[in-house]
Amino acid sequence: MGRFKGRRSAPSLESVAGNGLINRRALLGQGFAIAGAGAVAGATGAAAEPLQDYPWSLEFGQSTPALQSPSKFEKQVTRTLSNPKDELRNSHARTPHHLLNGTVTPNSMHFSINHCGIPDIDPQQHKLVIHGMVRQPLEFTLDKLSRYPLTTRMAFVECAGNSAPMFSNEPMQITAQAIHGLVSNSEWTGVRLSTLLDEAGIDPKAKWLVAEGADAQMLDRSIPVKKAYDDALVAIYQNGERLMPGNGYPMRLLVPGYQGNMNVKFLRRIKAVDQPAMTFFETKNYSQILPGGKTWRFHFLMEVKSFITYPSFSHQLKEPGMYTISGVAYSGAGRISRVMVSADGGKSWGEAALQGPTHPQAFTRFVMPWRWDGQPAVLQSRAWDESGNAQPLRADFVAARGQTKQPVTNPLIFPNQHYNSITSWGVDNKGEIKHVYA
Amino acid sequence: MSMRKPFAALALVLAFGAAPAFAQNAGLGKPISEADIKQWDIAILPDGTGLPPGSGTPAQGAQIYAQKCVACHAEGGKGGGAPGAGPLVGGAPLTNGIETQKTIANYYAYATTIFDYIRRGMPYTMPRSLKDDEVYALTAYILSLNKLIGENDAMDAKTLPQVKMPNRDNFIMPYPDRI
Repeated sequence: MGRFKGRRSAPSLESVAGNGLINRRALLGQGFAIAGAGAVAGATGAAAEPLQDYPWSLEFGQSTPALQSPSKFEKQVTRTLSNPKDELRNSHARTPHHLLNGTVTPNSMHFSINHCGIPDIDPQQHKLVIHGMVRQPLEFTLDKLSRYPLTTRMAFVECAGNSAPMFSNEPMQITAQAIHGLVSNSEWTGVRLSTLLDEAGIDPKAKWLVAEGADAQMLDRSIPVKKAYDDALVAIYQNGERLMPGNGYPMRLLVPGYQGNMNVKFLRRIKAVDQPAMTFFETKNYSQILPGGKTWRFHFLMEVKSFITYPSFSHQLKEPGMYTISGVAYSGAGRISRVMVSADGGKSWGEAALQGPTHPQAFTRFVMPWRWDGQPAVLQSRAWDESGNAQPLRADFVAARGQTKQPVTNPLIFPNQHYNSITSWGVDNKGEIKHVYA
Repeated sequence: MSMRKPFAALALVLAFGAAPAFAQNAGLGKPISEADIKQWDIAILPDGTGLPPGSGTPAQGAQIYAQKCVACHAEGGKGGGAPGAGPLVGGAPLTNGIETQKTIANYYAYATTIFDYIRRGMPYTMPRSLKDDEVYALTAYILSLNKLIGENDAMDAKTLPQVKMPNRDNFIMPYPDRI
């Protein structure tokens, strides 16, 4: 009896919140569980035409390539660049969240920020040194690291400046890629940093690690030893293949849930010390000014957050009817435990379905069935994590963290950092979608 | 402090029995002396640990600046000479709003950060081409432009960590338990 329960009691498209949100249990089984009188096939009423064979089915195709790349019809699915003319300055590439799905960011589309270009590193010559307050300084090659028991886990990496356009006091009319494109999620494989620190014999009095990259500025950040022993990895694979050059080839630090900049790429040196180094990046860029003029330091944690990727700005709803609202949720403090979705700008909320398994400090995709009636709607998502942290509402966030005095016009600048409040997409009666604050 | 699990050591002890060479760890890291790391060891701590010998004055720094820095950072450190090269002087009060530009004078907590960043990454197109004396001199010049030291004050391993930065005591930690 029990094994048929889900099927036999498949719910109808019952409303759980205003403006057409449908109980997530309608997604049980395969697709929507259509029941009752509400479901009508072919809502537009246009009759299908007789099928014919297309040309690609009538000729021999191309032979199979060594490295495959996306269909030519997917050329628009790319990262967007902050420095397309290759000027001598930093360069960013943002993940096209509004054109992707699932939880894993393809390696070619993982976001990347490089403050002084991407170094062209020969993996045979690259070395990682661990020294400072250790019993025996050690040097590791990529080959040697590959011989340790490797750990594989999912983890998002998010720039502290991701979503910075939302500090603007007016909503910018830009895509989820332009707003939230500086977060991505991968399966990382590497050696536990604690294993290497134990091998070097770290001094218990060492509280910090200065991690340094092999790029032209030797970017360095201070990492608490505590984090190293919690869950840090020296990652050498990304989604099953070696790291992408822009993501730290041949090895990078992975400090799950902490500011992207701390996940030091091109990792070449870790020095155990008794105090933070107060490097440029922890001194300036990756600390925040608060309303009133106080400043945050060592704000490592990327807090619980979610945003809707579909439908979102630049999408067009072509007709009223059934849609599935979909997005990603993640928290530096653990697993996502709940995501609520609203279609009426936060007046009422329904619980979204989480597509498991939910991993700590990693993307969880949420989905929510929605019947759009052709009238204006405001779509929002709000996430909670297993530690009980809730994604803040925008009014509360702005009260605590502030916003700009003037509207921001350049989506590439960073008025402030660590934005984790709610994103709202306003649908008008033509199905066009705007970015709104609600 | 979290538990430190001797995972690799345990695995190898199980695999190789009592082989003493493997008793403590995997033994895959190659021992290296601190002397052999010297070329790489450019980390500097705010108390001055790691600062190299040498010194420089604002006047010496001004000359180097005119040759190697002015193209990007502009005359007098005003910035705007190249994209991304922000101003090295000035800075509005942080009470002006959350997007106030962070500068050496209004934001940095320690003067050692300036030395460290110049030595690591400047000039942008020729990183680590400056001698330590030149880095001290440039640091002194920038601090002097900001009136954080006198125009004749030399910067060295002893004086640099003692420079009192105006914003030093204005920081708070949102997650002290994570450190």
